[in-house]
Amino acid sequence: MIRSEQIEPCAAAEHSGAWARRHVLDIEDFSVPEIELVMQTTSAMKEILSRPLKKVPALRGKTVVTLFYEASTRTRGSFEMAAKHLSADVVNMTAQASSVTKGESLINTLNTIEAIGADIIIMRHPLSGAHYCAAPHVKANLVNAGDGWHAHPTQALLDLYTILNRKGRIAGLKVVIVGDVKHSRVAHSNIWCLTKMGANVVVCGPPTLLPEGLKTAQLLFPGIGVETNIEKAVKDADVVMELRLQKERMQSGLLPGLRDFIAGYQLDSKRLALTKPDSIVMHPGPVNEDVELAADVLHGGRSVVNDQVTNGVAVRMAILYLLAGSREQ
Amino acid sequence: MKDLIVKNGRIIDPANNFDAVGDILVRDGVVKQVGTTVSAGPGSEIIDARGKVVCPGFVDLHCHLRQPGYEAKETIATGTRAAAKGGFTTICCMPNTNPPLDNLPLVEFVKSLAEKEGAIRVLPIGCITRGRKGEELSDMAEMSGAGVIGFSDDGNYVKNARLMKCAMEYSQPLGLPIIEHCEDPDLAIDGQMNEGIIATRLGLCGIPNAAEEVAVARDILLAQLTGAHLHIAHLSTKGSVELLRWAKQRDIRVTGEVAPHHLTLTEERVLGYNTAAKVNPPLRTKTDIEALIDGLNDGTIDIIATDHAPHSLNDKLCEFGAAASGISGFETMLGSLMNLVATGKITLPLLIAKLTSGPGRLLGGRFGSLTPGATADITIFDPGAEWTVDSGKFISKGRNTPLQGETLKGKVILTVFGGAVVFTDDVKTP
Repeated sequence: MIRSEQIEPCAAAEHSGAWARRHVLDIEDFSVPEIELVMQTTSAMKEILSRPLKKVPALRGKTVVTLFYEASTRTRGSFEMAAKHLSADVVNMTAQASSVTKGESLINTLNTIEAIGADIIIMRHPLSGAHYCAAPHVKANLVNAGDGWHAHPTQALLDLYTILNRKGRIAGLKVVIVGDVKHSRVAHSNIWCLTKMGANVVVCGPPTLLPEGLKTAQLLFPGIGVETNIEKAVKDADVVMELRLQKERMQSGLLPGLRDFIAGYQLDSKRLALTKPDSIVMHPGPVNEDVELAADVLHGGRSVVNDQVTNGVAVRMAILYLLAGSREQ
Repeated sequence: MKDLIVKNGRIIDPANNFDAVGDILVRDGVVKQVGTTVSAGPGSEIIDARGKVVCPGFVDLHCHLRQPGYEAKETIATGTRAAAKGGFTTICCMPNTNPPLDNLPLVEFVKSLAEKEGAIRVLPIGCITRGRKGEELSDMAEMSGAGVIGFSDDGNYVKNARLMKCAMEYSQPLGLPIIEHCEDPDLAIDGQMNEGIIATRLGLCGIPNAAEEVAVARDILLAQLTGAHLHIAHLSTKGSVELLRWAKQRDIRVTGEVAPHHLTLTEERVLGYNTAAKVNPPLRTKTDIEALIDGLNDGTIDIIATDHAPHSLNDKLCEFGAAASGISGFETMLGSLMNLVATGKITLPLLIAKLTSGPGRLLGGRFGSLTPGATADITIFDPGAEWTVDSGKFISKGRNTPLQGETLKGKVILTVFGGAVVFTDDVKTP
């Protein structure tokens, strides 16, 4: 029988010298070579995942804590699975954002978790920038698993990997992001990551769900196309990424109702026909079936939604692996 | 009390349209003589102000002293000393304490505390509505008898237009202004910073200019209807300045104030989730700053008020969305605004007018001048002195400044309150 300890360190080990990052807080400050390193490392992790025994000792003896101030099924499970494939010990902690108001600050909570013995902390938080506030005060590696409307860097990386895997390139592709762009950290991180890698990004949604200020000339945000008409937006697209629609958006008056959203922004087969013949359909999940994506599109041949989930584990393995390497230097 | 003689300073007293080098004689805590050379009698204290600017003590119509209720952020003792260091001799404190200043005993309490522990004059502002809840009027007449200088629910907008109309009607015979925090709470809901591309980049919910402007517009129309004196606190947008200008052209009784940070800092300060730059109304854009400066220059904006809002370390050392809003402003006010003078945006006499005669007029002309016979509240500052902001050296308990580490030019070196020196700059002490 093969013991996991005997498996050679993965092929990306030789690259880890190029990785100087202690935390992954965001994607906007990643350089192109760093993103490429993550992509290469992810491929190596995919290879491990294709083995019968999907475990390497890279993080043996390390403790990874997932700290989620917001509910999550797939992101948390994906990180946990990734850490376990790398032989880390994983502790899952759920926290109430309200504990902030009850007197324990985020920094105190993180210091406590460090004192318990965490080497890597994976945190999701409902307030944008929470990780920026925390990072200067923690010695552990901090990974952003989503903060408010701001960023979800590993999602952007797994989306990039999925596109790369299907298309073989990023530069010059037309990627259309549809739906609640304003409140979507997935959209925000994808805009940064994809434009950095040379894609032409167009965002499309009802005016109340598009971010403010995109049309003003500025250097503070990537230049992207903005469109409120989905037929115009998806024309000749290589990639269409629909975003999850939260029910609260209707309650808060941003949308008249689900029917209106579906009529205007659902990707159905008719709209899909306007894209390039070899286009792919993405969604960060969980999908509201027949809302953002028509069921036949979600389950059709162009959909790579399940690939995204699988690639998510590999990307997160890559991030954990690279961070653990940086820590030892 | 010894005579106090301030010699050879550039005396700028906008209330009396005076700007010349000369001396000031203070006798028994009162300004005795201004301008001409004063020869020192035996035993008089002489302050050499050569190369310095000598002006009336600054008057701040808008600050937060946090007492009672939030003594970890500031107290009357620390706040008044920080203000004296900033050159202020009269400050008006907002009633958003805990409990809020909405009745006579609380106003008396703050006054007695200020009397006992304050370094300078503290004039309280009373709530418009009980508990600042926007539901029913507070004891406005009673508080006016106790000496409040106006009414404000600062931090909250009085959302109910009918209640605001009543408050204006009620305040009018009392001769006191309604000081309104103009911000439509629905438009500003969940807002963390100025709405725009930076908020988008940071994933923070934005506060549009219109959140302020619709509120300003409503209250201007109510002031027109009632004839009451409306004073608009901390104007931050171009549109608000235009509305105020419109109102003044129609002789509506409206005055307005602007805070130093809204005249000098833009929303870019928030980048990196800098909670020190979180303030309400939020830091806006260059366009807004230019309009606010125009408003100062053409008289649309009557005064500069600090909105000194001290907070404890933990109030700011947290997630941006959880951080308290506000800037500790007393001690950086002059240095930050002198840059507007240095860059030719406003003149020095105008700056001093907006800090002395302007607010003095809103207080019934009692303060903010060097008129012989007036209480001797005098500020002396060195317009050329460079210094670096070190919040660790603040007298205020609130170290929350976005100017930490920055070099400013212009420093208060001596503050005289009622004829007595209440602050001297360590380095410059003779």
